[in-house]
Amino acid sequence: MTKLVDIQNLNVCFKGKRTVHALNDVSLAMEQGETLALLGESGSGKSVTLKTLLGLLPPKRTQIDGKIAVNGIDVMSLRGKALQRYRGGEVSMVFQEPALALDPVYTVGHQIAEAVMRHKGVNKAEAMSTALDMLDRVRIPSANRRLHTYPHELSGGMRQRVMIALALACRPRLLLADEPTTALDATVQIQILLLLRELQKEFGMGVIFVTHDIGVAVEISERIAVMYAGQIIEEGTTREIIRDARHPYTRGLLAANLHDVARGERLNAIPGAPPALEVRPESCPFAPRCPVAMAECRAALPPVFHPSDRRRVACLRAAEPIAAE
Amino acid sequence: MSVTDTYTPVPDTGGPAQPLISVRGLQKHFPIKGGILGRMQGKVQAVDGVSFEVKKGETLGIVGESGCGKSTTAKLLIGLIEKDKGEIIFDGHALGERLSLKDLRRGVQMVFQDSYATLNPRLTILDSVAFGARVQGLDDPDDLARKMMDRVGLDPNRFAHRYPHELSGGQRQRVNIARALAMSPRLVVLDEAVSALDKSVEAQVLNLLSDLREEFGLTYVFISHDLNVVRYISDRILVMYLGEVVEVAPVDSIWSEQAHPYTRSLFSAMPAMDPDERTEEPPLAGDPPNPINPPSGCRFHTRCRFASAVCKERAPNLAGLTRRGDHLVACHLYDAGSGHPKAGQGVPK
Repeated sequence: MTKLVDIQNLNVCFKGKRTVHALNDVSLAMEQGETLALLGESGSGKSVTLKTLLGLLPPKRTQIDGKIAVNGIDVMSLRGKALQRYRGGEVSMVFQEPALALDPVYTVGHQIAEAVMRHKGVNKAEAMSTALDMLDRVRIPSANRRLHTYPHELSGGMRQRVMIALALACRPRLLLADEPTTALDATVQIQILLLLRELQKEFGMGVIFVTHDIGVAVEISERIAVMYAGQIIEEGTTREIIRDARHPYTRGLLAANLHDVARGERLNAIPGAPPALEVRPESCPFAPRCPVAMAECRAALPPVFHPSDRRRVACLRAAEPIAAE
Repeated sequence: MSVTDTYTPVPDTGGPAQPLISVRGLQKHFPIKGGILGRMQGKVQAVDGVSFEVKKGETLGIVGESGCGKSTTAKLLIGLIEKDKGEIIFDGHALGERLSLKDLRRGVQMVFQDSYATLNPRLTILDSVAFGARVQGLDDPDDLARKMMDRVGLDPNRFAHRYPHELSGGQRQRVNIARALAMSPRLVVLDEAVSALDKSVEAQVLNLLSDLREEFGLTYVFISHDLNVVRYISDRILVMYLGEVVEVAPVDSIWSEQAHPYTRSLFSAMPAMDPDERTEEPPLAGDPPNPINPPSGCRFHTRCRFASAVCKERAPNLAGLTRRGDHLVACHLYDAGSGHPKAGQGVPK
């Protein structure tokens, strides 16, 4: 079967007043129907990866090279009509701030129906009934009435449900979710996570879920890829990452989550801050902050170590047994 | 001279037994004006009858969802907005009576969530940190500011003459902490002070806050939506829902047993850290109601699984649990005389 996502050696560089090497040699593969969390801090390249997958980056200021295939489609070569069909048809996206992503002057039903008419070529009445069905599926109470409401009349959680209904209305094979629960309250966040999990099972689509919150990644994903300075530094199943993180950065992130830390105990904080990425990293980008860095780490990019199938760690010392802390 | 010597807080007046800050029946309603005539059309009941105490040297964590009144409470505490009703008593002196706003601000300082919006973009870091000390007429504000910058981990020689936009989020938050501490406050209100930071930077700032608390004998009111962070830093936790206090308890007590049904839901909404124990059932349905027209009686009754007729009619009082007097909860289930069918039994497991 074709891989759902196959990214090979993707580089994204923003030119302008200053240069930013946002993605550096990213390779990523996903099977059909998988749920992957891209975990990382701000500036690590999570959102850029999603935008590149949808072809949303401004072409004038962005230099992209590498290969991206989604369901066998070469995304980089898509233009015009083909790109329009691909966006929303094959792949769609849920954004962090539904209040900004939805159009304030149209009712939510209209916005969902518009997408359905575009992609499926059906008439307005049919599209509206699809919209109603979608609102039902995202568990919006009294969907019939909500169909004719404007985004500002809905609460944050409801708006995010509408956003999901809109994204899934054309049954994409791949859903991209860019921190969709970050702006929501804790009790609403968990509702949306469980909803996405259910819908993923129901529709059998693949999901790439971008988050900075390890707990959220655990709730939603089967696999986790950890990003740092525009690179994927560790990838594995959620269990492997949580139970047996090998990269010092991943281990630092897990510790910083403060789960099971005794009160008043000193935190094992990672010192310093992520690099600025104005130049392309030529050595391990984490080395300046790494507690176990050696001279070799500062000399060249670390080799990628594969402890098992589909598991990788970009660290020179990943093969060594982890010292008890 | 070390930075500790330059730290000259207002003297302690009531001894260690007197709470540093005590809040009684605090209320703040924001009017909503609209229409052509700009008449009042309703009011947001942001904070309604909130009472609590913070002991000297203690850290009180305040948690709750958006719109529950956490930030309004914080702003009331340092007098950034005027209260409608209630008393704020700082070390025995009531605000507005024996204590002026200027005196209060000498004793209480605040660190906000958005590190960028709270720094004047046209002032250098040094000027920002020294600003309050200058207004209060303290000795040599620049020297004080440099020492404080150094203490929070910003080399004054490198950072003093930079502007906020040249700094990272973590560095800016250190500036905000230095600015608050330059006034030698005894109480620091931290309103989501680490929420906008990346996890690895958040841990650094939390370590810094713990060190400063010890070094300067500070008392914190720490507001956050992240329960793990609140648990790490606080001695006691106060839970708010729609402008009211629903539960206050020592951290260990509330962590082992959440008495109020809302607190329990809030805790079980935390994402699991174990892939084998993922959440299966959302603890609450729907979003928090609007604080413009909050539900009658117990404000949580619209979302509560255990609600009965009495919950709709009467608001419960905040009272201690029978087994642990320092664990307060506002729920009819714990009040034997409330008239709830299961009164006195507490929340079923």
